[in-house]
Amino acid sequence: MSAYEAIILTVITASTPLLLAAIGELVVERSGVLNLGIEGMMVMGAVSGFAIAQVTGSAWLGVLMAMFAGIAMSLLFAFMTQTLVANQVATGLSITLLGLGLSGLIGSSFVGMPGLKLGYLNIPGLSDLPVVGKLVFGQDPLVYISIALTIGVAYVLKRTRIGLIIRAVGQNHDSAHALGYPVIKVRYACIAFGGMTSGLAGAYLSLVYTPQWIENMTAGRGWIALALVVFSTWLPGRLAAGAYLFGGVWILGLYAQGMGLGIPSQLLSSLPYVATILALIVISTNRRLSVINTPASLGQGFVPDR
Amino acid sequence: MKKLLTVAATVALASAMSVSALAADKLKVGFIYIGPPGDHGWTYQHDQGRLAVEAKLGSQVETVFVENVPEGPDAERTITRLARQGTGLIFTTSFGYMDPTLKVASKFPDVKFEHATGYKRADNVSTYSSRFYEGRYVIGQIAAKMSKSGTAGYIASFPIPEVVRGINSFLLGAQSVNPDFKLKVVWVNSWFDPGKEADAAKVLISQGADIITQHTDSTAAVQVAEEQGVYAFGQASDMSAFGPKSVLTSIIDDWSAYYIDRTEAVLNGTWESTDTFGGMGDEMVGMGAFENMPADVKAMAEATTAAITSGDLHPFTGPIYKQDGSLAAGEGEVIDLGVLLGMDWYVQGVDDKL
Repeated sequence: MSAYEAIILTVITASTPLLLAAIGELVVERSGVLNLGIEGMMVMGAVSGFAIAQVTGSAWLGVLMAMFAGIAMSLLFAFMTQTLVANQVATGLSITLLGLGLSGLIGSSFVGMPGLKLGYLNIPGLSDLPVVGKLVFGQDPLVYISIALTIGVAYVLKRTRIGLIIRAVGQNHDSAHALGYPVIKVRYACIAFGGMTSGLAGAYLSLVYTPQWIENMTAGRGWIALALVVFSTWLPGRLAAGAYLFGGVWILGLYAQGMGLGIPSQLLSSLPYVATILALIVISTNRRLSVINTPASLGQGFVPDR
Repeated sequence: MKKLLTVAATVALASAMSVSALAADKLKVGFIYIGPPGDHGWTYQHDQGRLAVEAKLGSQVETVFVENVPEGPDAERTITRLARQGTGLIFTTSFGYMDPTLKVASKFPDVKFEHATGYKRADNVSTYSSRFYEGRYVIGQIAAKMSKSGTAGYIASFPIPEVVRGINSFLLGAQSVNPDFKLKVVWVNSWFDPGKEADAAKVLISQGADIITQHTDSTAAVQVAEEQGVYAFGQASDMSAFGPKSVLTSIIDDWSAYYIDRTEAVLNGTWESTDTFGGMGDEMVGMGAFENMPADVKAMAEATTAAITSGDLHPFTGPIYKQDGSLAAGEGEVIDLGVLLGMDWYVQGVDDKL
C-alpha cells in the first residue's frame, strides 16, 4: 500500500462517523429542530451495536441495533420537545448526559472484550485494481452508506415534495400548519432519522473504527458533527466536504508530526478547528449564502393554536 | 399510647445512632479517576488497586470513586465534595489534579491526600509515582530485536516529564541493541480518545514503523497493530487479549500494594507525607508475559527485567547524549532523580522536536 493510499484510507475512516452523525442532524435542523443530543445518541448506538454484535456474533445485527438505539433516544427527545414542548437546548443536553451515563451502565460487562469488525467490501477483480481498487471498491460498507445517505438527503431535500414540506416546516411552522401540513409528525420523523444516523455513527466507532467498547468512546465527535452542520450552511454537499476537510486536516497533522517536521503538536491538533473557523468566516462574509438556507424556525417549539 | 411512641422513638434513635457509629468506625477512602474504570488501561489499574484495598481491609474501610473527572476546576469541586463527605484518605490519580489537590488539602487539614505522578507535597499531601520508564527500557530492547525496519512509532499524550522520560527510556533500551534505531513520535494531545489513538497508529505504520507503542490510555493502538500485522506493546494493563498475535508484552502498573500500605498507615495513625517513586523492585511496575517472540529475545527481556528489579541496571546510565548532541551523562554515570523528574529533553535519535 502506498503512503498516499494509506493517508486517504485513514482520512475516510476519520471522517465517516462525523458525516454520518451530521447528515441526520442536518435533516433535523432543516425541519426546525435543534437536537444537541447527538453525542448521547451516538454513544448509545456504539454500546448497543457492540453488545448485540458480541451476543449474536453478527456485526450487521449490531449495526441494526445501533440504529434502533439511536432512534429510541431520539424519540425520547421528540416526545419531550414536540409533544411536551420542552426547551430543545436543555432537552438535547440531557439526552447527551443520559446517553453517556446509560451507555456506561449497559456496557460495563462488555469492557475489555476484543470486538467484531465489520468486513471490508471485496469485489473480486474490482477491489484488486491498482491505485483505485481499494479506495473505490474496498471500503467498509458504512462508508458507502454514508455517501449514499448524503446524496439521498440532498436529492430529497432539493427535488422532492417531502423535502419541500420538511423545509417549509423548518422555515415557518405556522404557515406550514395553516397549509395543513402535520408539523409535529414531520418533525418526529426527521428527529427519528437523525437518531438513526447518529446510531450508525456510533456503530461505526465500535464496529469499524476501533472495534471495542470503551466508555465515552465518542470523545466529543457528536459536538464536531453539530458544528459541521452550521459550517455547511445546511447543505449536504458542503457537509460532506466539511467532514472530509476536518478529517483530512486532522490526519495530515498526525502525518506532519510523524515526519518530524518540528511543528508544535498542539498547533497541529488545533488545525482542524482553525480550518473550520476560517471556513465559517469565509461563508459568513457572504450574507446571502449564510441566511438563505438557515431554517427560520430553528429551535422554536411549535404549539398548534387549535 | 404516649409511652409507646416514646419507646418507638427511642428505638428508632438508638438504631439510627448505631448505624452512624458503625459508619464512623470505617475509614472512607476516596479515589478520583481521569477516565472510566472500564478503559482497560490507566484508570482500570487504579480501580484494581481500589478493589485490592477493599478485599484486604474491607471490614475496616469503605471505598468510593468518582470517574471521568476532568483536570481543572471540576476536579477541585469533586475533591472538595469527597473531603466534605467525611472521606479520610483521598487518592487523586492524574497529573493534572496536582494544584486542585493541594488547594483542597489546605482547607481540610485532617484529611490525607495522595496525588499520583505529581511533584508538589504538603503536610497532608503525599505524592506517588511509578518508574514506568523501567518497563519502557525492556520493551525498547524487545522492539529493537523484533523490528525489521529499525523504526518504531510512539503515540504520546502530553509533553510532560513522565511521558518524555518514557520515550527516552524506550529509545535508550532500543539503542542498547541497535545503535541506529529510530523513533517516530506522534502526540495526540489527549489521554483518552480511542479514535485518535487508532489514527495515530495507522499514520505511524504507513510511515514505516513496524512496532507501535503508546503512552495513552486505551487499547485502540494495539488493535490497529493486530489488524495491520505489526507488533505492539500493552500499556498500563495487560492488553494481550486485544492483540493475540501482535502484543509482545505489556507494562503493568500495580498500585495494589501501595494503596493497601497507605490505607493501613491511616488506620494505624502512622501516615505521614511522603514521596514514593517505586519501580520493578517495589513491585509497582510489572511486565506481562513475553509472547510472539523467539526464545533468545525472551531470554534477553527476562534478564533485563531481572537486572532492573535487582537494581543492577538503571536505564538512564551513561553515556547518554541529548538530541542537540550535548552530553547528558558520562560513561557509567546515572542521571539523577531530579533531572529524571523534570525531564524536558530528548535523547539522540528521536525523530521529533519538543
